Amino acid sequence: MEKSNIHEQTTSVKDLPQDLFDELRKYIDGLEDRKGSLINILHKAQSLFGFLPREVQLFIARELGIPGSQVFGVVSFYSYFTTKPTGKYTISLCMGTACFVKGADKVKFKLEEKLGVKFGETTPDGLFTLRDVRCVGACGLAPVVLVNEKVYGNVTENDVDRILSDYQE
Amino acid sequence: MSTNKRKILVCGGTGCISSDSEGIIKNLELELKNNGQEENAQVVKVGCFGFCGQGPIVKVEPDNVFYVRVSPDDAKDIVEQHIIGGDYVERILFVDPLSNQRIHDYKDMSFYAKQHRVALRNCGEIDPENIEDYIANKGYEALKKCLTEYSRDEVINIIKESGLRGRGGGGFPTGLKWEITKKSRDGEQKYVICNADEGDPGAFMDRSILEGDAHSVIEAMAIGAYAMGAQNGVVYIRAEYPLAIHRLMIAMQQAKEKGFLGKNIFGTDFNFDIEIRYGAGAFVCGEETALIHSVEGHRGEPTVKPPFPSESGLKGQPTCVNNVETLANVPAIILNGSKWFSDIGTEKSKGTKVFALAGKINNIGLVEVPMGTTLREIVYDIGGGILGGHKFKAVQTGGPSGGVITEADLDTPIDYESLKSIGSMMGSGGMIVLDETDCMVNIAKFYLEFTQDESCGKCTPCRVGTKRMYEILDRITKGQGKPEDIDNLLELGEMIKSSALCGLGQTAPNPVLSTIKYFRDEYEDHINKHYCKTGKCKDLVKYTIDPEKCIGCTACARVCPVGCIAGEVKKVHVIDQEKCIKCGACFDACKFNAVVKP
Repeated sequence: MEKSNIHEQTTSVKDLPQDLFDELRKYIDGLEDRKGSLINILHKAQSLFGFLPREVQLFIARELGIPGSQVFGVVSFYSYFTTKPTGKYTISLCMGTACFVKGADKVKFKLEEKLGVKFGETTPDGLFTLRDVRCVGACGLAPVVLVNEKVYGNVTENDVDRILSDYQE
Repeated sequence: MSTNKRKILVCGGTGCISSDSEGIIKNLELELKNNGQEENAQVVKVGCFGFCGQGPIVKVEPDNVFYVRVSPDDAKDIVEQHIIGGDYVERILFVDPLSNQRIHDYKDMSFYAKQHRVALRNCGEIDPENIEDYIANKGYEALKKCLTEYSRDEVINIIKESGLRGRGGGGFPTGLKWEITKKSRDGEQKYVICNADEGDPGAFMDRSILEGDAHSVIEAMAIGAYAMGAQNGVVYIRAEYPLAIHRLMIAMQQAKEKGFLGKNIFGTDFNFDIEIRYGAGAFVCGEETALIHSVEGHRGEPTVKPPFPSESGLKGQPTCVNNVETLANVPAIILNGSKWFSDIGTEKSKGTKVFALAGKINNIGLVEVPMGTTLREIVYDIGGGILGGHKFKAVQTGGPSGGVITEADLDTPIDYESLKSIGSMMGSGGMIVLDETDCMVNIAKFYLEFTQDESCGKCTPCRVGTKRMYEILDRITKGQGKPEDIDNLLELGEMIKSSALCGLGQTAPNPVLSTIKYFRDEYEDHINKHYCKTGKCKDLVKYTIDPEKCIGCTACARVCPVGCIAGEVKKVHVIDQEKCIKCGACFDACKFNAVVKP
């Protein structure tokens, strides 16, 4: 088996906005326990950049004085972190048990069909990213779909068009 | 506030907010203002009432009237008819699924009648973003009592005698855990951690407690810290719970301002502060050693116990990890005494347990019942029976670590031991109700897909074993099962259970073992007959139209998403098997039972 390395597994993006790096540095500098806060820092970075490209991971590693591999090890461990750029709207389909038994898979199929991409992918126009998420704890509304932060409950395959039309540009 | 002033409580939990409870609050306030009623009624945004399936919920006190599925447009009627006219707004009262009657008094709702709310005592009662509300409900009195009246050992003894056990699923006696942590290297730096990384799919009690009553968790952590000799606390919370994080931060800020957190609390020499650390979507981080590594900023991989966290946890110091619901019980136990708590429940499982009731059931939501309540009571009395008049098949408890409970065991009083004895477990309290349209092999595959994906990869039995089990299940659901598969699943399952490193791996095979135990016939059907009687396994389904029954109403053709049904009006329709994606839409649409599954 080929040994995979960080270069194959992460996206490289040059010319990321310097002011975002400055803001991230400010956040890191304000922390008491910097090394112990790696996960909080990654959350902050992902909220600033939208994803965690190689340059951002290495920046954090240098700031904390730890190897880049250690940062990448943490990024790749947790499902919340993404190293790929995401679309303007992230459509998250809850894959918890309650949603599963209420037919989330039909919604999944419909979303893939409508947008022409699979889960984990972004539409070519950069508008939508499809992803499935762990239980979001709104089981009373199963099946649940989130578009960015907005929650849609009791979603059936027939609601997919209506939801997408809220975000068509 | 005058006593005759009415309170209009509006649910501000995640579920209800997503169905626009914010809009309801806005409109109610506007209507009160327009009608000059601000003196007579006040709108309060509270935490989750637990009846999430009926949200958004509005409750009027002191009238005890419970409105369900309220929309912002209903605000006018609530103010004009109820607040001014003193009459019910009938159309938004809850209809009892059993009697079909509209319920006027909340106390008559079967959903609440058998509940006993201890951990959820303040959820839906107080404004979670206002510490004064919490204080008015005896908030922080338990902490004061501990700091000023009880010694550290006395606090631990109260918790020990209450019989409180870990509500995150382990069921370890909380008082004992506190005692061990207290005795461990006393005088050194110690930590208390609240585990709010509710990873179990289908459980949402911890989220609701933090959204509706974060102060009780903060207070309990401070009480535990005093008893064990810790000065620092950490709440490890899922990043996917933004509202819970937001409310917890507000509560911490307010507690600091009031001096309930910080230095010299209640004028004693006890100092305690809390910080928040975010989880990042790893189920294994519910295991305490993995959680501690994650708090330290590492990959959340578990380590062998011993050493237990009580000896060497966060930063190598003695650490106690308690779950949110466990902590929420603590202030109530301190105030009401250990006997009050231990009088509730069964011989070995004291107090109450919150269950997240979801799936194919009429009343979906959070229910808190005394330990020893039977499943039948939860499903039929509180849950209002099975959705759509379908037939009950099983209840899945304990999430990916648990198993299924069938009709035969519905009258088992629920506690930690009884659930284990019938091959399931308490877990964190997820309770998924399944009906006859659910395929048990498919459900087992769902859980294995989850656990093999969430396996951290550190130990081989779990990393490879769950993967192999999932592959076998996947084959079975695709009609490629082999006769020896069932035996292989059983053997693999037992092996993983006995050799995996942590709780995730040790319990991962449970959903498979338990569905084989109770629904072996379904596995055999899939393997030997390539037949799934529920139609949930798409590769094994073939929909056809019975020419005897089809009247040519075109309903099936109209709903078919791929247009594979041909036929003219009033003529028999035919399904093109090549194009059919087996979604079942035609089956659901046909009113004449003309669409048949094999």
